[in-house]
Amino acid sequence: MKVTITTLMASALAAVAGGAMAQEMTIVSWGGAYSKSQLKAYHEPYSEKTGITILNDDSSNEAVAKLRAMNEAGNITWDVVDVVASDAIRLCDEGLAMEIDHDTMLEPAPDGSPASEDFGELIVSDCYIPSIVYSTTFGYRTDLVGDNPPTEICAVFDLETYPGKRSLEKRPINNMEWALLCDGVAKDDVYDVLATPEGQDQALAKLDTIKDSVVWWSAGADTPQLLADGEVVMGSTYNGRLFSVIEEQNQPVAMLWDAQVFDIDGWIIPAGLDEERKQRALDYLRFATDTQRLADQAKYISYGPARASSAPLVGQHAELGIDMAPHMPTDPENAKNTFLYNYEFWADYRDDIDAKFQAWLAQ
Amino acid sequence: MTDATQSGPMLAADGTPLKKSLARSLRRRKLRALALIAPLLLFVMLSFVIPIVSMLMRSVENGIVAETLPLTVVELQNWDAEGGELPDEALYAAFIKDMIVAVEAKTHTRLGTRLNYEQTGMSSMFRKSGRNIKRLDPEADAPFKEKLIEIHDGWGDVETWRTIKTHAVPITNGYFLNAVDMRRTPEGAQAQPEDKQILIKLFGRTLMMSLIITGACILLAYPVSYLLATLPMRVSNLLMILVLLPFWTSLLVRTSAWKVMLQQQGVINETLVWLGLVADDARLVIINNQFGTIIAMTHILLPFMILPMYSVMQTIPPSYTRAAKSMGATNWTTFWRIYFPQSIPGIGAGSILVFILAIGYYITPEIVGGTKGVFISNRIAYHISSSLNWGLAAALGTILLAVVLLLYWCYDKIVGIDNVKLG
Amino acid sequence: MSNDAAFVEFQRVQKSYDGEVLVVKDLNLSMPKGEFLTMLGPSGSGKTTCLMMLAGFETATHGEIMLDGKPINNIPPHKRGIGMVFQNYALFPHMTVAENLSFPLEVRKMGKDQREEKVKRALDMVQMGAFGSRRPAQLSGGQQQRIALARALVFEPELVLMDEPLGALDKQLREHMQFEITRLAHELGITTVYVTHDQTEALTMSDRVAVFDDGRIQQLAPPDLLYEEPENSFVAQFIGENNTLEGVVKSIDGDSCVVVLDDGSEIDAKPVNVHKAGDRTKVSIRPERVEFNKDRLHADAHTLKATVKEFIYMGDVFRFRLSVAGNDDFIIKTRNAPDAVKLRPGQEVEIGWLAQDCRALDA
Repeated sequence: MKVTITTLMASALAAVAGGAMAQEMTIVSWGGAYSKSQLKAYHEPYSEKTGITILNDDSSNEAVAKLRAMNEAGNITWDVVDVVASDAIRLCDEGLAMEIDHDTMLEPAPDGSPASEDFGELIVSDCYIPSIVYSTTFGYRTDLVGDNPPTEICAVFDLETYPGKRSLEKRPINNMEWALLCDGVAKDDVYDVLATPEGQDQALAKLDTIKDSVVWWSAGADTPQLLADGEVVMGSTYNGRLFSVIEEQNQPVAMLWDAQVFDIDGWIIPAGLDEERKQRALDYLRFATDTQRLADQAKYISYGPARASSAPLVGQHAELGIDMAPHMPTDPENAKNTFLYNYEFWADYRDDIDAKFQAWLAQ
Repeated sequence: MTDATQSGPMLAADGTPLKKSLARSLRRRKLRALALIAPLLLFVMLSFVIPIVSMLMRSVENGIVAETLPLTVVELQNWDAEGGELPDEALYAAFIKDMIVAVEAKTHTRLGTRLNYEQTGMSSMFRKSGRNIKRLDPEADAPFKEKLIEIHDGWGDVETWRTIKTHAVPITNGYFLNAVDMRRTPEGAQAQPEDKQILIKLFGRTLMMSLIITGACILLAYPVSYLLATLPMRVSNLLMILVLLPFWTSLLVRTSAWKVMLQQQGVINETLVWLGLVADDARLVIINNQFGTIIAMTHILLPFMILPMYSVMQTIPPSYTRAAKSMGATNWTTFWRIYFPQSIPGIGAGSILVFILAIGYYITPEIVGGTKGVFISNRIAYHISSSLNWGLAAALGTILLAVVLLLYWCYDKIVGIDNVKLG
Repeated sequence: MSNDAAFVEFQRVQKSYDGEVLVVKDLNLSMPKGEFLTMLGPSGSGKTTCLMMLAGFETATHGEIMLDGKPINNIPPHKRGIGMVFQNYALFPHMTVAENLSFPLEVRKMGKDQREEKVKRALDMVQMGAFGSRRPAQLSGGQQQRIALARALVFEPELVLMDEPLGALDKQLREHMQFEITRLAHELGITTVYVTHDQTEALTMSDRVAVFDDGRIQQLAPPDLLYEEPENSFVAQFIGENNTLEGVVKSIDGDSCVVVLDDGSEIDAKPVNVHKAGDRTKVSIRPERVEFNKDRLHADAHTLKATVKEFIYMGDVFRFRLSVAGNDDFIIKTRNAPDAVKLRPGQEVEIGWLAQDCRALDA
């Protein structure tokens, strides 16, 4: 009798577990407002359509390390992972992300052109499905700059006109480019110069001029907070964070779009999933990266959709009711002078320049 | 008496030697004891010993070059790295064969990442070359030397091959050399260029600041523990709750609270300006530097000092101080000659605890440490999660472990580990 | 023993810890120089509090404590120059024996040579000369006791306080140490206040004993008087073995009276604190003063019927338990002399006593 009950219970448990497995997938993202926008634009409609429960894991900032660890342990618990482009390239290099055939696995544009054309050059890796374009740019306190609001990036290095602290990310990427740009290097030559030790020294020397006035940040939320507290007069961060400080919290902060650095955020599927989970992940991504869905996300956060065909569909903010197009980093008015994160360059130089950068910081 | 005088081993009642008989009866008891601690032993093995061993392994393990490029590595033995000449065609052919296999298995980019730690540019060189090499046929398309150099001119650079040869060993000291601001070169270990030297400095800073934090904890915790141990139960319980309260708040929240307190527009500066003690345009910089790290970490680690101190002080009977006073000792002499020496085991235990915790901290230094208040652990975290240079992270971790063990050993020699009491 | 000669004096001293209960009530006591006085009492009777007030570790709530004619209420303990031996010896564990002894001399800024000489002399005095370099933990209880004693005496205080110093020793060692302590105290002419709850200790060692109960001194007298002439029933009960019978005074005739017990039988007694016929009383008679050989009693003495319940052989004495006038725990002791009578259980006897041996005390 006892044996029968145990057996029954075991099989019942197995059935429940199996059933639950079939109905769940784990999606990894950044958390905060960004995850919320994905929840509204992708997860909720997808769950409604298919009945699949989506579990969120806010681990994107350490996704590469964790995926590597999971891969070594042979137990991959994630189904879809949201990562920035540089991480996608590394995951692809390490064989930790699955290769994607964009044209067969994703929806074409409404006009019928294949996905690879619609995404264009934003597909920076064979394993990557881009979803948004964001930028790292500056915000400044309107009440601390007087009648002379900054209009170009070199204001960051101009302590005389704009005294006070500024916040910069505690890593060389972007800062080195801006430093060279403001030290007279032509935009097209920036990476050639930065590839040489002399160029690296030049960039650090330029940063040295403002070193004592810099608060270094390592989390995206730091600069908005520092701006809101009046700790810094200007600071770099992701444009969506600044949007929320300006429009949602109504702080006296404004955008400085000059020399903003575009970056891409998007999806990868971990390598080594079994066929069933892989198909489920692909099904989700086919849904979540179509033209309408990408445009929908811009209702909740000021990041530009990665498909060219989504741009005309961008409408108004879901709660504030303001037009989102002017707040997109890709808006022509904002995108007069931009950089695209140089993935190739930083994949090679990241370790080298970071060591120098950290040594310089510690001096 | 007869037992003692008889020759040969002592015998038990049944004639077996007494020692054997004793061992047998003890063995069962030992086995039972072992069975009782088996779950813990297993847990410690799985969660502690194995990860540490695996970390030690990772800090020297370097099989990736020889595994990815087996034929090339053999050919490289015959090449004179000092000669300044490029390798001959045989090596290039071997390399192409290796790469075709590696590209198929997608391991070439991984090797590129590995070698990029040693020579900048390797990562993209392997990635870009991989795409083109895939199209080559190992037989029909020979010879390869020219073709490969055409694909990427890095293959025509002697340095490239020197780097591969230098790091083609299965067990390497390269990570450890990197961890102490040196590098493995064909000419042997050399110092890193000066502008990349940071790790030794960080080790030193970590030790220095951990010592300062430990000292600050001792100074602050001692009077608190003394009060806890001597006040009446009712009051001391309340005080104890206040001491433990921070334990119930998340580390992140506590650290962030310090940010609000210490920043230039923060509570302390605002108060000082309001009181007129500090000019508005000369607000104190007490965060995003070493001072901020010391304050925040001292606060966070304080309970780890108070608790062992308290439990030791609690066991010091009041009759000792009374005895000393009755013999004519002043309050200070009584404290310094009688009470303090007996509370040293608590200070020792607390200091070891705080110091070891401090040396491995990284969240708090990351948030409030700015540039000068970060620890070696922040670099370890960076190499674990950002640069993915786990070998270097493991080497740094191993050195940190060794430093802690060394200090522990010194402590044992100087103070004596028997003098540590946790309660 | 006039007040002028008093070396230690308590004047109307009261002590309360919580402001509600007095643990010491109106204490008056004076000791001449060189006396060995024991404070004896059950725990909670206030004896230790008195000692601590004298040592300076507690302050009197009311009243004055005088030492050598000077009030010491406001003198901190370390300036009182009083030697003290603690219950658990309180030898400093981190110092050697010699260092322990040297400590009080050091704080008196005594020179090294002199210190060493005094330490040696003190150790020899307690026959511990060879143990100077040991740690307290390496000594047996009795040895630690001697060291504690030597340490309290080494700086030659005129007054030494001892707080149950022998409590932790076994019986044989304790008896030996009792002898040692009294010998030293008399040889050195030290004034000693000794606290104990062990009455044998108190009787064998002291010049005078102060019996404490309920925050008061119940009786202050030399040991023989205390035993033979207890002034109230608490002292009678507390000191030595004692038989108690309850009844009412029938008549008083100078030095003797007749008491009617509760069962109606009459006995002879000496009125101590009964004043008139009709007072209720507890009469107290020592076991060794009870006589069951009628020949040894006065002819007109009252006798009581008793039944032997138990016979206990104790070597030097015989001990009988009898049932007398409703009291089943009435004890008689006889010396084990060649002609001693051994009563058997069940045997009926008549017992009686001399009137002066039976004290009629408060009820």
